[in-house]
Amino acid sequence: MIEFTLWDILRNLLLATRWTILLSLVSFIGGGAVGLGLLFLRISKRKAFRTLAKYYIELFQGTPLLMQLFIAFFGLGLFGIDVPAWLAAGLALTLWSAAFLAEIWRGCVEAVARGQWEASASLGMGRLQQMRYVILPQALRVAIPPTVGFSVQIVKGTALTSIIGFVELSKAGTVVTNATFQPFTVYGLVALIYFALCWPLSKSSQILERKLNVAHRNH
Amino acid sequence: MSYHFEFGWLLEYYPEIIKGILITLELIAIGGVLGISLGIFCAWVRALGPAWLKPVVATYIELIRNTPFLIQLFFIFFGLPSLGLKLSELTAANLAMVVNLGAYSCEIIRAGIQATPKGQFEAGESLAMTRFETFRHVVLVPSLQRIWPALSSQVVIVMLGSSVVSQIAAEDLTFAANFIQSRTFRAFEAYIVSTAIYLVLAILLRQVLAVVGGFIFPRRAAR
Repeated sequence: MIEFTLWDILRNLLLATRWTILLSLVSFIGGGAVGLGLLFLRISKRKAFRTLAKYYIELFQGTPLLMQLFIAFFGLGLFGIDVPAWLAAGLALTLWSAAFLAEIWRGCVEAVARGQWEASASLGMGRLQQMRYVILPQALRVAIPPTVGFSVQIVKGTALTSIIGFVELSKAGTVVTNATFQPFTVYGLVALIYFALCWPLSKSSQILERKLNVAHRNH
Repeated sequence: MSYHFEFGWLLEYYPEIIKGILITLELIAIGGVLGISLGIFCAWVRALGPAWLKPVVATYIELIRNTPFLIQLFFIFFGLPSLGLKLSELTAANLAMVVNLGAYSCEIIRAGIQATPKGQFEAGESLAMTRFETFRHVVLVPSLQRIWPALSSQVVIVMLGSSVVSQIAAEDLTFAANFIQSRTFRAFEAYIVSTAIYLVLAILLRQVLAVVGGFIFPRRAAR
């Protein structure tokens, strides 16, 4: 029987962590782009757009991420596409995080005083100009801390992609456990690596919240 | 796309689905009650508790909030037996949910407690209430009332998150979906139907929590 040193275990886990980080980045950027589109629909003047975005958000927030992953993984196959796990994982996480980001950002846009809309309208600005020059720059301040905070949820969400067979940190944990029979050590280390990824994000979200709030009070 | 949807045969598997729903509901009932209780205790420690206990609770909360639920579940189910603590699938799933919700609800409840004006504590003391009585009657109940919507959302999130307990073979709704999928190879229908059931459960749970909230916190007399 092969003996595994602690370093062997840790090295394998760290190699797999690359995929966790990459998938998190892809989901965060993709989710942000789709989420921005959803945000525009959600606060559009047309009722049909608002309703559509609302149902999208309710659907993705009201069902388990794991089910969304399963449907992406098995559902895309129906279109005759051979779906690799990474594609299903990236797609499902992007659509899932878009729903949450759109809802977070809607709160931030609504936090901008109503009068700002009216003032910019009275300057003859169109809807897009209002958003671009008046509303979004102000909403952005409020949006940064919760957005950074949500990135923690994305990193943790990537753990579920191990279930459809994407080899990232969690899957590596299972594989290494099966090889070494040391679940306590391996899952302990996996948890610590996730902690090392997420904790700085959580902390910076808190610090940003304090900083931006202080700035806000001085206005 | 040349795929023919057939949902009819799902009816054959209704006992598995019902059993899955019941186990999911049982998990959230136990996880919800014990998790929020743990959260209240931790919030008390962080706000008013003994100094030596504060760092312990703070560490617990940071660890849980910054690691995935799946890993917490695996650690409890696969890891703890090395320490001689062997749990059944359901017990491990329940424990993981309680520990998880405990950490999240603590932070929510603490926010409610912090929003309580300092004068309330002094008012309680001046009525010769003990510290515990003040906490129980003057601080806790209005705090919970204040943050009840946020707490309800967290309970729904934990219920949806519970779908991963199928990975340690706890026989919840996702387990039933996987079972049907492996028997019939009709993955898409099985997962669409169970997703729809989850959505209904999430909406119902939100309603139930709103009703429970109205029951625990009757309208205060007008001041």
